[in-house]
Amino acid sequence: MNDDLKSGSNLEKVLKAGHFAFTGECGPPKGANVEHLKEKVAHLKGKVDAVNITDNQTAVVRMSSWAACTILLQEQVEPNFQMVCRDRNRLAIQSDILGVCAMGVRNMLCLSGDHQSFGNHPQAKNVYDIDSMQLIALVKKMRDEGKFMNDEDIDVPPKLFIGAASNPFAEPFDFRVHRLAMKIAAGAEFIQTQCIYNMDRFREFMKKTVDMGLHEKCYILAGVTPMKSVGMAQYMAKSVPGMDVPDSLIKRLREAGKGKVAEEGIKFAVEQIEEFKQMEGVAGVHLMAIEWEHRVPEIAERAGVLPRPKV
Amino acid sequence: MRLSYPTNVKVIQVPCTGRVDIIHLLKAIEDGADGVYVAGCLEGECHFLTGNLKAKKRVQYVKKVLEELGIEPGRVEMFNLSAGEGPRFAEIAREMVERVKALGPSPVKKQEAA
Amino acid sequence: MIVADRKPLEEILEMIKGCNKVLILGCKGCVTVCNVGGTKEVGILASILKIARKKEGRSLQVDEKSIERQCDPEYIEQVKDIVDQYDAVISMACGVGPQFLSEAYPKQRFFPAVNTTFFGGATQHGVWAERCAGCGSCVIHYFDGMCPIARCSKSLLHGPCGGSANGKCEISKEVDCIWDKIVRKKMEEGRLDDLVQPKPAKDWRSARDGGPRKSVREELVQ
Repeated sequence: MNDDLKSGSNLEKVLKAGHFAFTGECGPPKGANVEHLKEKVAHLKGKVDAVNITDNQTAVVRMSSWAACTILLQEQVEPNFQMVCRDRNRLAIQSDILGVCAMGVRNMLCLSGDHQSFGNHPQAKNVYDIDSMQLIALVKKMRDEGKFMNDEDIDVPPKLFIGAASNPFAEPFDFRVHRLAMKIAAGAEFIQTQCIYNMDRFREFMKKTVDMGLHEKCYILAGVTPMKSVGMAQYMAKSVPGMDVPDSLIKRLREAGKGKVAEEGIKFAVEQIEEFKQMEGVAGVHLMAIEWEHRVPEIAERAGVLPRPKV
Repeated sequence: MRLSYPTNVKVIQVPCTGRVDIIHLLKAIEDGADGVYVAGCLEGECHFLTGNLKAKKRVQYVKKVLEELGIEPGRVEMFNLSAGEGPRFAEIAREMVERVKALGPSPVKKQEAA
Repeated sequence: MIVADRKPLEEILEMIKGCNKVLILGCKGCVTVCNVGGTKEVGILASILKIARKKEGRSLQVDEKSIERQCDPEYIEQVKDIVDQYDAVISMACGVGPQFLSEAYPKQRFFPAVNTTFFGGATQHGVWAERCAGCGSCVIHYFDGMCPIARCSKSLLHGPCGGSANGKCEISKEVDCIWDKIVRKKMEEGRLDDLVQPKPAKDWRSARDGGPRKSVREELVQ
């Protein structure tokens, strides 16, 4: 792993110093409600190494990710800028990359983005000028070669720690590790996986990943989302593409009894985090407690990841 | 069999209901028929194998068109019976006539504007 | 071929609401093959429009005609003696037809009776599916004869995305994930390396994004 700092971000420093990273996530408001965003972020401050800010997640219009990232910087919380390929062409992409860097953002997650038919503006035109693989390569080119996509020189290249997503559960299952390898070859330096519930399958995936030596080229953070209710588990099992929720988990949640399901969900998440700390190839955990940010401090405490390292 | 069926049913014989096409059903309505139905063999017993299934789909298509135009889709129907079922033939005729009577005269028969 | 679907009747009736005499012009090309605008469908639409008018207590004279194609001037010319006899002409051809007719006969109004959708083929009798997006720089040879530009909802060149499940696209169980098919084929044939090679970003200039396009055969132009 290249130990020189590419961006100087807190997340990069934590990982390169060999610590087990712990990142969080926050969705911007469906409006210009800065106060609400600040409230949510306040729960995460000091409990995580960086906070992902989603980009029109599930194709629902929210305050733009880059704007929310700058608000986080004002609150002295390190953002992880998520960008999807669905809504902008290569001009806007490069322009936004320069923009966020100018404002002080140093982490970026490169994603394709959920199709707009999922969201609240399904009539919109589809962009997808480039895909997530090409976006990763583009950020790397801008940062390391100091060049735009068209090879023109950039007047002060951006400094970003480059991230990508990986879904170990999508199909074809055998191909997922190859796709992960491709993203790393394209320039991804850290990976955050889709939230994991099927631990057996994830162990299998990590085994393949470690066999290919990918964990040495890239920091892999395992995704965790605590289940709040049986309904949530059933919904995710049935209606979210690429999600693998074992029946045994749904059973466990149901058996916890009325009013105790959320606690059981947190227990399971904490167990997962404990296992990930020991799992070969896993460099950290990405906790996605969307709209449950106020429980993150408790989860972090119980999972034994506090205090966060100061680097 | 000399069974009686209503006199306001005009029978048009075809070798197989597969011969009946969308345009025939539409023309009947266009020319003022209050209703039109297709009587074909029982499903699975079509002499030409799938003629009656084709007719069924065409009847469904015409029903959809009528609905789009704000005309009662019940004015067009598909029935299945075997060639030996004389009483059923008469029964179907009565059933359809009752149904169309309840719907009233076809809205297509309005007086043309002067 | 070009595939189209008939417009909702309400829309067509609205277009001709002020007309008393119309011509429905069918096309014996693509729209005949996908059973939406050939001679038979012209007849059906004619009857439908007359039924609708009669229901309102008005009348409508509808003439029917089909020509070989509505995308060649030689055939467009064939209707020159009759077009001005009508209040409007309804074309059942793809989007090209009404435009060619409008250019040739600027004094007449030509209405589209169909919504033109995609380039595709019949996957079974009565069902047509999209295969080509007309991007102008075909890459199906890289993907074992499958096109991710047209058949991946996100036009990914390095798919599948994380939403692919059971061989279906995340947008609907009715849509196959073409990347699932591509990857499985490559894995079966031992050509996985083809996919690992990164592809450069697509040059969309040859697609509609670059502006309206023209195709010229210099050897044929007089």
